Amino acid sequence: MSGIILEKLNVWFDTPETRVDAVKNVSLRVEQGESVGLVGESGSGKSTILRALTGLVPTWSGAMEVAGEKLGRQRSRHFYKKVQMVFQDPYASLHPRHSVDQVLSETLRLHGFNEIDRRISNLLTDVGLGPSFRFRYPHQLSGGQRQRVAIARALAPEPEILLLDEPTSALDVSVQAEILNLLVDLRQEHHLTYLMVSHDLAVVGHMCQQIAVMQLGEIVEIMPVAEMRELKPKHSYSRHLLESSLGYKRADD
Amino acid sequence: MTRLDVENLWVKFPTRNGIFDAVRGVSFSLGEERLGIVGESGSGKSMTGRAILRLIRKPGQVTANHISLDGEDLLKLSERKMRSVRGQHISMIMQDPKFSLNPVMTVGEQMMESYTLQVKGPRFQAKDKVLEMLDAVAIRDPGRVFNAYPHELSGGMGQRVMIAMMLIPDPDILIADEPTSALDVSVQMQVLNILDKLVRDRGMGLIFISHDLNLVSSFCDRVLIMYAGRIVEACAADKLHEAKHPYTQGLLKSLPRLDSPQERLEVLDRDPAWAETDSVSGVT
Repeated sequence: MSGIILEKLNVWFDTPETRVDAVKNVSLRVEQGESVGLVGESGSGKSTILRALTGLVPTWSGAMEVAGEKLGRQRSRHFYKKVQMVFQDPYASLHPRHSVDQVLSETLRLHGFNEIDRRISNLLTDVGLGPSFRFRYPHQLSGGQRQRVAIARALAPEPEILLLDEPTSALDVSVQAEILNLLVDLRQEHHLTYLMVSHDLAVVGHMCQQIAVMQLGEIVEIMPVAEMRELKPKHSYSRHLLESSLGYKRADD
Repeated sequence: MTRLDVENLWVKFPTRNGIFDAVRGVSFSLGEERLGIVGESGSGKSMTGRAILRLIRKPGQVTANHISLDGEDLLKLSERKMRSVRGQHISMIMQDPKFSLNPVMTVGEQMMESYTLQVKGPRFQAKDKVLEMLDAVAIRDPGRVFNAYPHELSGGMGQRVMIAMMLIPDPDILIADEPTSALDVSVQMQVLNILDKLVRDRGMGLIFISHDLNLVSSFCDRVLIMYAGRIVEACAADKLHEAKHPYTQGLLKSLPRLDSPQERLEVLDRDPAWAETDSVSGVT
């Protein structure tokens, strides 16, 4: 069974004067249990794909299938139990006036769980925070701790698929390492499927088995991670991205 | 030749729980070179940059034995004199163009204002100069950008506009606070190229504040590594990967690498002693 199948996906944004085609004719397959990375510059449409999957963009055509369920105009409650998203900026994605307890128990209640008490402490232990963080507010947490809460919230409905939208780009490298380790562990423990968006090729290389390179709304190349590590991409744009990510080269040498 | 010399710089903020020291006894010098300052958020690297320009707002306090620019102590200057140092001698590029450009003025207008105030040149020359600078930072259509408002520009263009604006008065020293962290890698390279060229062609001194170790080690000449308000290590940029301090090593190891895959990333294990040991001198 396949985790995510995108077939000729197009996403566009209409304004009275212009039409922007954000995603053009994208086909992508993420097998169950696999982890796939989407890379590209800002504006290349990588986040838009995640938003289209979760039903946050109404204007799309093509076919999308998630965990065996064909997606239409509306998402069922069942869908959100299977698919969850972790956002880029933990400073913006947590309600400043809700404690960790409120954030998690609201999610659990919405998905019809019982034993909420026990589940909250399990979730907090899973993401390495521990039950003592339960009654804290976001402003009492560091960036890394906030992102852990956001991950706990995503795990609350026991999803099969996590959509990760630049989960570490707002964090320091030392904290990034902790969060990436956590995500790797959680994927093994809970048999999760990841679709991860990032502009950092090293991060995607660490997390994913397949990397899809996007440029101007199209996927220009899908390569296995080994190919990227050997710096042997086929498409010139992927090569350009890789070279730029390796550090600065003086013009004179 | 040393342009800027900072000795024993402290930045303090009084809080309800006593005085918080953001920067604790930092000393370094800057010549015609690219000096990188790296560290995590909260390590005091941006505060160091701001303190040099005396941009720390009250109740924050800046003290130092001296902050000398070509032999003149900036701490002893009047606010009026200081204003002529800012921009003309030392310029600063802030991190985020979204918050640093005036949203209700066109790019051209604010750049011309900077020109007439700093260079005190006639207005009719201002427009030519602005267009010339926009062209110098590789903006393809200076005419359009001149008449655009900041929200009509992409992040990369906004950042280049800021760089152009800071370069109009032809400063001796440029402090760049994470100038490229909001940019895509390919645009990042363009911006670095521009900065690199300025150091080489104009003999400018550059302080490059960043959290990206790989970038700093490939771009700068010399690096200061800051932790908890102190410099824990100073080294040549190309020798950064041979760094000795456990903090620097920890930071380097926690980065995922394309060329050597590993199962788990190493997590930094902080030793409280790092914060207590005295600052290493960054003077050459």
